[in-house]
Amino acid sequence: MINLTINNQRVSVEPGTTVLEAAKKLNINIPTLCHHPDLCVAGNCRVCVVEQTGAKALIAACAMPVAEGMDIHTNTMKVRNARKHIIELLLSEHRSDCTKCYKNQKCELQTLANEFAFGDTIFLDLLKDKPYIIDRSSPSFLKDDSKCIRCQRCVRTCAELQHVSAIAVANKGMHQKISSFHDRPLSHVVCTNCGQCVNRCPTGALVEKTYIDLVWDAIYDTDKHVVVQTAPAVRIALGEYFDYDPGERVTGKMVTALRQLGFDSVLDTDFSADLTIMEEGTELLTRLKKVLVDGDKETRLPMFTSCSPGWIKFIEHKFPELLPNLSTCKSPQQMFGALAKTFYASKKKIDPAKVVSVSIMPCTAKKYEADRPEMRSSGFKDVDYVLTTRELAVMIKQAGIDFRNLEPSNYDSVMGESTGAAVIFGATGGVMEAALRTAYEIVTGREVPFNNLNIIPVRGMEGVKEASITIEGCFDDWKFLEGAQLNVAIAHGLTNANRLMKLVSQGKAPYHFIEIMACPGGCLGGGGQPIPTSMEIRQNRMEAIYSEDEHMALRKSHENPEVIAIYKEFLGEPNSDVAHELLHTHYTEREGY
Amino acid sequence: MENKGLNKVDLIFEEIDPEEVLTKAYKLSPEEIIQQVLDSGLKGRGGAGFPTGLKWKYTAASEESEKYVVCNADEGEPGTFKDREILDRVAYKVYGGMVIAGKAIGAKRGIVYLRGEYRFLLPQLMKELESFHKMIKQIGYDFKINYCLGSGAYICGEESALFESIEGRRGEPRNKPPYPTTAGVFGKPTSINNVETLVTAMMILTHGPESYSQLGTKDSRGSKVFSISGDTPNPGIFELELGMTVQQFVNEFGDGDTKAVQVGGASGFCVPRKKFEDTIIGFEGVPTGGSMKLFNSSRSMYNVLHNYLDFFAEESCGQCTPCRVGCQQLLMGVEKVKKGEVKSTYLNELLKLADTMKVASKCGLGQSVGNAFRTIVENFREEIIY
Repeated sequence: MINLTINNQRVSVEPGTTVLEAAKKLNINIPTLCHHPDLCVAGNCRVCVVEQTGAKALIAACAMPVAEGMDIHTNTMKVRNARKHIIELLLSEHRSDCTKCYKNQKCELQTLANEFAFGDTIFLDLLKDKPYIIDRSSPSFLKDDSKCIRCQRCVRTCAELQHVSAIAVANKGMHQKISSFHDRPLSHVVCTNCGQCVNRCPTGALVEKTYIDLVWDAIYDTDKHVVVQTAPAVRIALGEYFDYDPGERVTGKMVTALRQLGFDSVLDTDFSADLTIMEEGTELLTRLKKVLVDGDKETRLPMFTSCSPGWIKFIEHKFPELLPNLSTCKSPQQMFGALAKTFYASKKKIDPAKVVSVSIMPCTAKKYEADRPEMRSSGFKDVDYVLTTRELAVMIKQAGIDFRNLEPSNYDSVMGESTGAAVIFGATGGVMEAALRTAYEIVTGREVPFNNLNIIPVRGMEGVKEASITIEGCFDDWKFLEGAQLNVAIAHGLTNANRLMKLVSQGKAPYHFIEIMACPGGCLGGGGQPIPTSMEIRQNRMEAIYSEDEHMALRKSHENPEVIAIYKEFLGEPNSDVAHELLHTHYTEREGY
Repeated sequence: MENKGLNKVDLIFEEIDPEEVLTKAYKLSPEEIIQQVLDSGLKGRGGAGFPTGLKWKYTAASEESEKYVVCNADEGEPGTFKDREILDRVAYKVYGGMVIAGKAIGAKRGIVYLRGEYRFLLPQLMKELESFHKMIKQIGYDFKINYCLGSGAYICGEESALFESIEGRRGEPRNKPPYPTTAGVFGKPTSINNVETLVTAMMILTHGPESYSQLGTKDSRGSKVFSISGDTPNPGIFELELGMTVQQFVNEFGDGDTKAVQVGGASGFCVPRKKFEDTIIGFEGVPTGGSMKLFNSSRSMYNVLHNYLDFFAEESCGQCTPCRVGCQQLLMGVEKVKKGEVKSTYLNELLKLADTMKVASKCGLGQSVGNAFRTIVENFREEIIY
């Protein structure tokens, strides 16, 4: 253990601990900006400078490892002067139109400015003479260089967590900026629209592109029938914007709030998540049969899940040769969208042209996905508007709804019924678990051989997870699987996905089925989720998801009564022609830079 | 205060037989080599002045098997051009210094990071390197030197940014610790030394530490190669014993009308005429990596300062706030003062900013911008305002 004093208080910490972490142990708050618990240390904003007795220069608390006998002071005149200067310097290159800014009151720079830089401005406005660009090219988010403070959190996120590096540092000195390959607009680079950078941007430089006003317009248009679907990961995170702790489930209140906002029907993406399992599970079994029994050379294994639009864009750019491995299933959002303007409209006897389909997603990539040309199989744009969890919170606040005191209510019908298997889609490993619960039962007629259906090996925050399940007691149709060991793998965060894809490319992946989620922790850590994010917050959300599953009466997708009904009334059977037309698609190769 | 006056020395460019020196060094233990360099009192010649012997000792102390000697030949400080001359005339002594450093710290690989603009020297340097490799192999050394070319960024002369550049990344300084002696290039223990330091180390082994330490003063042992430019009838490269006053320097190199000398380049200090007598050139007074720029009364010190600030605003890597934004604020600030758009007392705010940059910047670049700023503004305030 290393002994040191901070503000005259003694503390003992493990070697390798930073001064910042040691101070946290003493409940001494040192302000930071470029520091983020999910990312490597940068030490470049210098807001966290503190004084070390005996050292001439100040030290960056986030980057300095502790040393025996260190004597640190976090609030000396020298520290305060430097810190105030640094924050004033950042403000001098930042367009402070705070009252109009989407991040107003959620901006880390604003918070620090409030503490250190109120009153007269010291420095000259550097932005006045500099032209800046707001990149609005992406359907998912905006990049506003005039609000960027060059902390490089986004750059580190894109490189470290996602292995994409769509954005990087360009130029030096006064011309330094965060840019893309050849300064191209974000719509024309390898950006996966995952929004992890948005989750970590301390200012309003990276924010989602908001469609709030368009949704309000649709709601107020009496001629339109507005349906809304909510993704599984929204209900366990939305509460964070209404002073609930991370991981508190607010499903019922959210449904009531949506109804009060004026949506004509409040439905659940969980319904189409269950449907996805039926389609994807069947597809997997069919692929296994084609490869193992028919010896079909065209069919590829392992099969990859296709629910995560960030992941889809990643594979299109980086591993296009593996696109045939991708399940042809659309994501639950898009399955829902296609059905909303076909099955739902006819069932409710509404002109599909008048149906406006809105989805609430933990995701920014979903905005891009909804815009894809592939996603118009209903004859219309299947999903009209995608809002993030954050945007929903804004709408609830705009409408003056007292969220905490709402009476919970249930989803509408049809397409509002769900099972626990759909809920866990929101966590990494959840799709896999849901698929195994159903596939195993299709093949054997018995439940998966795990205690209380909980397939623990596929759960948790490990970057890449593996599991095997031996199939025994197959029905006659599936006799070829008797005794077979089904190997599965799960990755979340595209850096982990990249690792797994390299193995698949090299033929070194002994798996049949791989689940990939673009975001750390899966959808619960999505780019549209409440800010801030950290491992602890994601862990809490994950626990909420599994507890929601445990509390459901139905926990297997094939038992969802509305799913059973839709096959009977409309789709026929899984992977039928109608299902293929509406619920499946194919993706395209994109350039790798 | 010792004052030995101005004495010309011929060590760096002195012709020697490298084979003889390196054969002698081969028989020494690493400890003996390090002790000789420690005894000589040699401090790094790039400008920062870290004791070379200590740097080698710390690097030698690491148990890692893979270590590196890096020669910093990214000579980028405005007004410095001595390393070019050294490489042009006595490259074999640079290589010799690297081999000796390698023996001292236990490294088998050396990298010369050559300033991009010196690419024209490369064919000749490579030719010399080839025969040098043959020579040291015969003596018994297991050491290989490679070249790596810079791309023109001033910041890549900063040691950790230089490592990043060698590794193929954007040249940005790293957080320290870890220091290069434990985690330098490719994360391995590295001794990074200036071109002139390596040559000096070779000469210390040639003539012995005693004779070297007789040169100079207590804090600044030995001699130093100076790059002299500006308003002087006698510009060029001169090797001088350390410990002279600026006055003695100006007596030799000035044009009779010298009003200021910028010692140490853009990141160094401006010495005005009234302080010539009292200022020693060396670590007890104004340290220098070799750049000496003389200004006579026809020069506007505002222009000099503006030029330096313009340089720093461009050449900051841009990652840390005090340096990236601070340089721009200083530059725009003096412009506004000059134009009368802000009060002249705004210079006081800028001086405070320069202090913040000195204590809060991530690396030596940002930390030293204030040197020139403070010494020029304080000594030539009226020239900045009017």
